[in-house]
Amino acid sequence: MNESARHTSNDQAPGDDERDASGSIGAYTAGLAFALLLTGASFMVAQTHLLWAPGLPVGLAVLAVAQMGVHLVFFLHIGSDPDNTNTVLALAFGVLIVTLVVSGSLWIMANLNENMLPPAAIMEMQR
Amino acid sequence: MGKLTWSAIPFDRPIPMAASLLIAIGVMTVLALVTWKGWWPYLWREWLTSVDHKRIGVMYVLLALVLLLRGFIDAIMMRSQLAIAAGGAPGYLPPEHYDQIFSTHGTIMIFFMAMPFMVGLMNFVVPLQLGVRDVAFPVLNAVSFWLTASGALLVNISLAVGEFARTGWLAYPPLSELQFSPGVGVDYYLWALQISGVGSLLSGINLVTTILKLRAPGMTYMRMPVFCWTALASNLLIVAAFPILTATFGMLLLDRYVGMHFFTNDGGGNAMLYFNLIWAWGHPEVYILILPAFGIFSEVIATFSGKPLFGYRSMVVATMAICILSFMVWLHHFFTMGAGANVNAFFGIATMIIAVPTGVKIFNWLFTLYGGRIRFEVPVLWAIGFMVTFVIGGLTGVLMAVPPADFVLHNSVFLVAHFHNVIIGGVLFGAMAGYNYWFPKAFGFTLDKRLGAISFWCWLIGFYLAFMPLYALGLMGMTRRVQHYADTSWQPYLIVAEAGAVVILCGILATVLQLVVSIRTRDARRDLTGDPWHGRTLEWSTASPPPHYNFAVLPRVDSLDALWALKQRATRTAGPPAARVHYETIDMPSNSANGFITAFFAVILGFAMIWHIWWMAIVGLVCAVLTLMAFGWIERVDHEISAAELEAADIARVRKAGLA
Amino acid sequence: MTSLAAPADAAGVPQPMEAGGGGPAPVRIVVSYGFWIFLLSDIIMFSALFATYAVLSGRINGGPSGHDLFDLRSVAIETMCLLLSSYTCGLGAVFMERRRLRGFYWFFALTFLLGGIFLGLELREFASMVARGAGPSRSAFLSAFFSLVGLHGAHVTVGLVWLAFMVAQVAARGPRDFVLRRLRCFSLFWHALDIIWVALMSLVYLMGAR
Repeated sequence: MNESARHTSNDQAPGDDERDASGSIGAYTAGLAFALLLTGASFMVAQTHLLWAPGLPVGLAVLAVAQMGVHLVFFLHIGSDPDNTNTVLALAFGVLIVTLVVSGSLWIMANLNENMLPPAAIMEMQR
Repeated sequence: MGKLTWSAIPFDRPIPMAASLLIAIGVMTVLALVTWKGWWPYLWREWLTSVDHKRIGVMYVLLALVLLLRGFIDAIMMRSQLAIAAGGAPGYLPPEHYDQIFSTHGTIMIFFMAMPFMVGLMNFVVPLQLGVRDVAFPVLNAVSFWLTASGALLVNISLAVGEFARTGWLAYPPLSELQFSPGVGVDYYLWALQISGVGSLLSGINLVTTILKLRAPGMTYMRMPVFCWTALASNLLIVAAFPILTATFGMLLLDRYVGMHFFTNDGGGNAMLYFNLIWAWGHPEVYILILPAFGIFSEVIATFSGKPLFGYRSMVVATMAICILSFMVWLHHFFTMGAGANVNAFFGIATMIIAVPTGVKIFNWLFTLYGGRIRFEVPVLWAIGFMVTFVIGGLTGVLMAVPPADFVLHNSVFLVAHFHNVIIGGVLFGAMAGYNYWFPKAFGFTLDKRLGAISFWCWLIGFYLAFMPLYALGLMGMTRRVQHYADTSWQPYLIVAEAGAVVILCGILATVLQLVVSIRTRDARRDLTGDPWHGRTLEWSTASPPPHYNFAVLPRVDSLDALWALKQRATRTAGPPAARVHYETIDMPSNSANGFITAFFAVILGFAMIWHIWWMAIVGLVCAVLTLMAFGWIERVDHEISAAELEAADIARVRKAGLA
Repeated sequence: MTSLAAPADAAGVPQPMEAGGGGPAPVRIVVSYGFWIFLLSDIIMFSALFATYAVLSGRINGGPSGHDLFDLRSVAIETMCLLLSSYTCGLGAVFMERRRLRGFYWFFALTFLLGGIFLGLELREFASMVARGAGPSRSAFLSAFFSLVGLHGAHVTVGLVWLAFMVAQVAARGPRDFVLRRLRCFSLFWHALDIIWVALMSLVYLMGAR
């Protein structure tokens, strides 16, 4: 298939990289550096008391999302230019569904648990 | 041979035994006929190894029609049982059998009738409407179909060998856990649906990619036919929802096979988690089914009113709104199961909101019909029947969206009436409309109109007779899935319901007869122009049936309703287009046995896992993987069609249509 | 109006198409996009298992919890391996784009090695947990843990098989178009697996070990 067609149509495949070799390698290396930093930060945050304890889940989630972003941008070359629109929209759809399913499930299941009788009362009912 | 013994065959149970024998004789007869007439090479070459979206679409619809018969037989058996099992009467179906029947009825109708019907119509029509030659991944398309057929095969094998699940079509734990369903029934259910679920997911990926990346030149998003928009929304939902189904069934399988504790009563499991996850899939699933039907009605109503669809933009917005909202309502399937008022209120309100875009669509269809010159062909009958019936079903749905009302009505036959109201009135009527509408495109002749109308009226009258009594009974307190009942005042209603089922049976027979008669008398109703309905969209610009490459030259699209615009221009300029058409050699994918062979090993794997025949399961899995690798090693084979060939075919077609 | 000719101006020069109206995309884009959609569906499948894990993580049935079981040193090494393997995979892809096959082979071999170490460590972790009586049938928490982390491991395994297959195809058929398309899909897959591991590392291991 004609590789130069990439430039005449305003469309890009996911994972496409328009840079030259050194630019690409630079991008991957920068991504690796950022990811290592964020990984180190996650371990530190979890193992020490740098972060206020009740805020730990949120902190870890934020660091995780940031690292996923690093992967998407530096390794998968997902950018904001218009050639990438379809790819980004699909990703946004996926993120939306994941958010709905995970947060919806957590909310529902927590609510159901809350409304369960305490174990002692259940035992009493079964007597 | 694992758990498989001769006792798996129901020698001691007359009804399954008789049914199995009947089906076996039927299948043998067909195979014998095909062999005797020497049709195997033709079948293998033209259908079993075809990667042509049109052939695959036809096979999907054929699968759906055959399983409609099987699912309907289950239905009429249930209705007959309930019509007589009043007071102390036991009826003719023992409870353990009755439980399997309502489970197979639901499973077959949703997974192996409604899904394949819609997927088949989308497969056939979408590339033609988009003005392209095939879907994005033709070989994957074949694999998807054959995996779906494998699932259907496994469910039907359970009739003769072993048993089916007794848990209803969603197999809720703890009933579906090993402790309470130690037999093979739930395993048949799970493996059949896991295998066909992979097929559905792959098909969803295929159609999303096709619609987003493969359209004729000039066809921007807002120039796509509405059916393609609804197909996009439906397939996005397939891609988003089916993974949840795969994960959930996977967890139930792990519970049953490895003794894990996702949904068990002991070990810390949580059965409600299954409800939550399965309905997170289950609600989008019903929108997956209804959205293509909405698209079909949009096409049918616009074509037979002779007017453009009213409010194209709002239709698109409504479709995508339904797509997103369908992931925000799933708790309404278990309002009564312990959630607090806040959660119930949120999901109840969201459920009511989702009715709004559907209402927008209904008004758009009405405004399309208004002021049009309506031709009452068979598809329009189904469309009008749909609009009345689906609205009633939608209203009862919005009623049950109110949690306090649902506390009274949940799991009563009012619920059963509601979902049949929307699925029959919406999905089935849409499928029948699409079937009658696009049949001439697929086969080159229209279906008999009179029998089509008879089928419609039988379905319409039969539906109301069969399900309106159930609304009353639900309010009177009758629960679903009962094999007998004590209150004899319910019996008259159930007898009326049985009568309704008989009328629907006449409708189904009329459809079968319509097909037979139409084939017999096809020469009288040949479609020579490719455009029997004076259509508006690109599929009607091809021959009937289209050549396997669809379009010799991809059309350049400049507006919505591309074909209609072309016709207007042709009428205005009064003559053939001035520019000489430029033909170029094209490449089309050749046939591939990948789908058929992969599915064969999938059936072996499924059957082996069900019966715990571990060596056979390993063989099936390894062979399936090797098939994948073997076909992956070779590059896809294409064949060329020369420009001269394309030109000659076009000229011949124009001559045959009497246009030159 | 619809015509059968390609758009052109008065001089017959082909005109650019409007957004979305450019006609069918090239095969390269179609294949990558289709695979991207598949990856999103896979991530949704993982999210269902994540939700399950989140709901069941406290249900330890009187047995061991994450705090008792998780060895964060091993997790750190696994994370390094997978992250570095993503890096080497990316570099291998760069070399392939420039048709520098030796670089491609080296970096993909490294990717395979790092992925293999990851898998080995994970299998060792699973085996030790089962040996201590903390297998997947011990409690709901462990069922959820084994299936979530195990599914990721299964994906890594499939990825390694696929990697070997791809390298064999490159060796046998050379950098043909269809081979390159599949390599791009493999890269997408491998990076996505690392993305999922980030979530696993943070939300399962680091959270659970507290």
